[in-house]
Amino acid sequence: MSPAPNTSDTLDQVKNITDQKYKYGFVTEIESDTAPKGLTEDTIRFISAKKNEPQWLLDWRLKAFRHWLTMKEPKWARVAYPPIDYQDAHYYSAPKSTPLKKSLDEVDPELLRTYEKLGIPIKEQELLAGVEPTIAVDAVFDSVSVATTFKAKLHEKGIIFCPISEAVQTHPELVKQYLGSVVPYSDNYFATLNSAVFTDGSFVYIPKGVRCPMELSTYFRINAANTGQFERTLIIADAGSYVSYLEGCTAPKRDENQLHAAVVELVAHDDAQIKYSTVQNWYPGDEHGVGGIYNFVTKRGACRGVNSKISWTQVETGSAITWKYPSCILQGDNSVGEFYSVAITNNYQQADTGTKMIHIGRNTRSTIVAKGISAGRAQSTYRGLVKIMPKAIGARNHTQCDSLLIGDKCGAHTVPYIESRNKSAKIEHEATTAKISEEQLFYCRQRGLTPEDAVSLIVNGFCREVLKELPMEFAVEAQKLVGISLEGSVG
Amino acid sequence: MTWLDTLRNTNRSRFAELGFPKTGQEAWRFTNLGALAGTPFQPAPPAFAKVAIETLPSVTPSHRLVFVNGFFCANVSASDILPEGVIAGGLAATLNQHPALIEAHLGKLAHDTNHAPQALNTAHIADGAVLYVPKGVRVARPIELVWIGTGANEPLSWHPRLLVVLEPGSEATLIEHHLSLDDGAATFANGVSELAVGAHARLHHYKVQRERNSAFHLSTVAGRLEQGAYYEGFLLTLGAKLSRNEIKLVLAGPGAEAKLSGAYLVRGQQLCDTTTLIDHATAHGSSQQLFKGVIDGAAQGVFQGKILVRPDAQKTNAHQLSRALLLSDDARIDAKPELEIHADDVKCSHGATTGDLDDDAMFYLRARGIDQDSARSLLIDAYVNEVIAEITFEPVREAFEALASAWRYAG
Repeated sequence: MSPAPNTSDTLDQVKNITDQKYKYGFVTEIESDTAPKGLTEDTIRFISAKKNEPQWLLDWRLKAFRHWLTMKEPKWARVAYPPIDYQDAHYYSAPKSTPLKKSLDEVDPELLRTYEKLGIPIKEQELLAGVEPTIAVDAVFDSVSVATTFKAKLHEKGIIFCPISEAVQTHPELVKQYLGSVVPYSDNYFATLNSAVFTDGSFVYIPKGVRCPMELSTYFRINAANTGQFERTLIIADAGSYVSYLEGCTAPKRDENQLHAAVVELVAHDDAQIKYSTVQNWYPGDEHGVGGIYNFVTKRGACRGVNSKISWTQVETGSAITWKYPSCILQGDNSVGEFYSVAITNNYQQADTGTKMIHIGRNTRSTIVAKGISAGRAQSTYRGLVKIMPKAIGARNHTQCDSLLIGDKCGAHTVPYIESRNKSAKIEHEATTAKISEEQLFYCRQRGLTPEDAVSLIVNGFCREVLKELPMEFAVEAQKLVGISLEGSVG
Repeated sequence: MTWLDTLRNTNRSRFAELGFPKTGQEAWRFTNLGALAGTPFQPAPPAFAKVAIETLPSVTPSHRLVFVNGFFCANVSASDILPEGVIAGGLAATLNQHPALIEAHLGKLAHDTNHAPQALNTAHIADGAVLYVPKGVRVARPIELVWIGTGANEPLSWHPRLLVVLEPGSEATLIEHHLSLDDGAATFANGVSELAVGAHARLHHYKVQRERNSAFHLSTVAGRLEQGAYYEGFLLTLGAKLSRNEIKLVLAGPGAEAKLSGAYLVRGQQLCDTTTLIDHATAHGSSQQLFKGVIDGAAQGVFQGKILVRPDAQKTNAHQLSRALLLSDDARIDAKPELEIHADDVKCSHGATTGDLDDDAMFYLRARGIDQDSARSLLIDAYVNEVIAEITFEPVREAFEALASAWRYAG
């Protein structure tokens, strides 16, 4: 009988893998146009001027900033980090050579090479003749969007997909109507900071009755040192429309921590559906916990219309700290909210993530499936809220949270809040914590699998419920990421 | 006694600093003590009362200790001959007879300096109950503690203390009845219990609280289980305007086992809060929790249950389930089950459900010609009795079933 794989051996293996795992850690040498360090009203005026924004938007930013000054950084999450010096960062950094570009041919070749290295298709000509494109990409590099593909093709259907800074110029009425309507400027510390200093992000509008013919994707890249990235994404699905949106993110390896505080707002009108998928792979820091991104993100969707649906799927493998609770406000009758999450933490990573499902309308339904995997000295927390308001007759929620622990130095925590004000509402919450069993490993090993393959197989099986929700384009990448993050880490 | 004065004084100043908890504090976010903090309670003087024994779900034969407004009443208590070395009596009296024993244990488990109600209790320690069982002794008959609150024209408060020490290998069954006599102004019973369960000792601990609906009832339990110790606890809550049972059990020795369950049946404007913390500090521990609520009228149920598994507590088995049945449109439930796990080789789970009665079960009964009301009664009884069945001591199980059933008919 072959001996069960030994923990210390496999921990060594995972160390080897983690050493080489973060393949996106390179820096692009490119000249940048950067705001001076620090955060004052002048910084905000600088950003606003750079973006040539209308007065109402500057006023909104300043209102947010003044409110932010009165707020305290939240401390309730199970994450520990030294105090952030908000004055010691640049709040705007843009590659110099990219003023408003007319076509992709004008994009700096250095940037194109960067995205090529990252495996992001931002060249439309790569497609074979006669093949329908399946994905359109908006590439955000530090504080600005550098390229958006297939805009013309989407335009034919009346779909607006562009950087939010461009939407401010071209569709100010839509931006004004929806910006801050789901996440108000005063929402929370990091969202308020974002409202004051957000630089770019994607804007999507799907007109009535239109089914978006391809996946829309934004690819975020932090490149410059000492900058924070504050993107803002706004997606509006008008009545009867459908859109699937993907988001990916990477950053160079640096020894200092960088702040990423994004806001995402989704609005779904009657019968509309938004599917929002994230593969978050910001630089997680090294095996000693040095460096990495602080990822403090506010994501919220409003199911405003009847029969609307918002679905969040996230695979969180990166960031030194993740603080993120994609939520759904289920306002419209029969609206549906979904949250599928895999959070993998290794080494000294900390993740405090979960969701909020606020049931307001009748017969609203929500599903939460959260899988947390902790290895090394990582701490992973699921924190969620399911709230049933008095008028949410017939509301339904099912929550499943499972945690897998790998090694005896890590932690996995589950903190769900369940608040029901309606007797006809049914809520079920279930959570489990365990490790990969010796029996499962032995079974796989017996059939000739290496310890790494066995663990990868078991973990992928553990996450399957979530990974299968991802669009094809992301599912493959995510499965590989899961394997790479944890291969061989179990004994 | 100077050590006791010091303990009281430290806690008095600590409470002065802390004040009553506010809903801004995470541990109290669902339970608002505003009405309690705003009532000018006076400390209850020692009182005597005629106890209507027949109204109690009494378990005979038993050793019965009766307390009125937190003070021990020897004349109405009936303590039969106890096994040698066993002490079961009032705290004040025991303090005089066995000062060293009390000094060795009082305030040793309930020492959380940030817990305001506990500090308030310790600041006012005057009387309460003591149960001490020496090594290897089994107390065959259950010990009943009857805590009675009397009515008065002005709001009265008392702060009873319960100290239970089971030496290694001993065994005892403790039954607590908390009730009120006549109507009157608001009362505030702020109890603290310390339970030290020695190695391989076994403690069965059952509590029913049915104080009148103007009463405030806070109870804080701090327990510690040594190696191989067993604790079985059950809480039946029917009474009080606002009640909170806060139980913290530390599984300090390897192989300790805790079974904690309860049922709360509330209506009107009642609020019932159950807050538990099972702290698995060492390996091979096991814990099971099952709590069920029936919430009618405009009542509110709160359940906060936390399982903490410390880094060395490998091979821990910990499970928890909280269920709530909402019977009216104004009823509400707030639940926060929580897992904090720092060891990998464990099996831990929690579950929570809320909702109305199961439609399929209802249909099944209706299809057999049972009318709506009877079918509902049957299902509620079955739902509640399922958790009461966790009680292994049969006379208590039957008494609690009867009380739960009576609650339903009273509505």
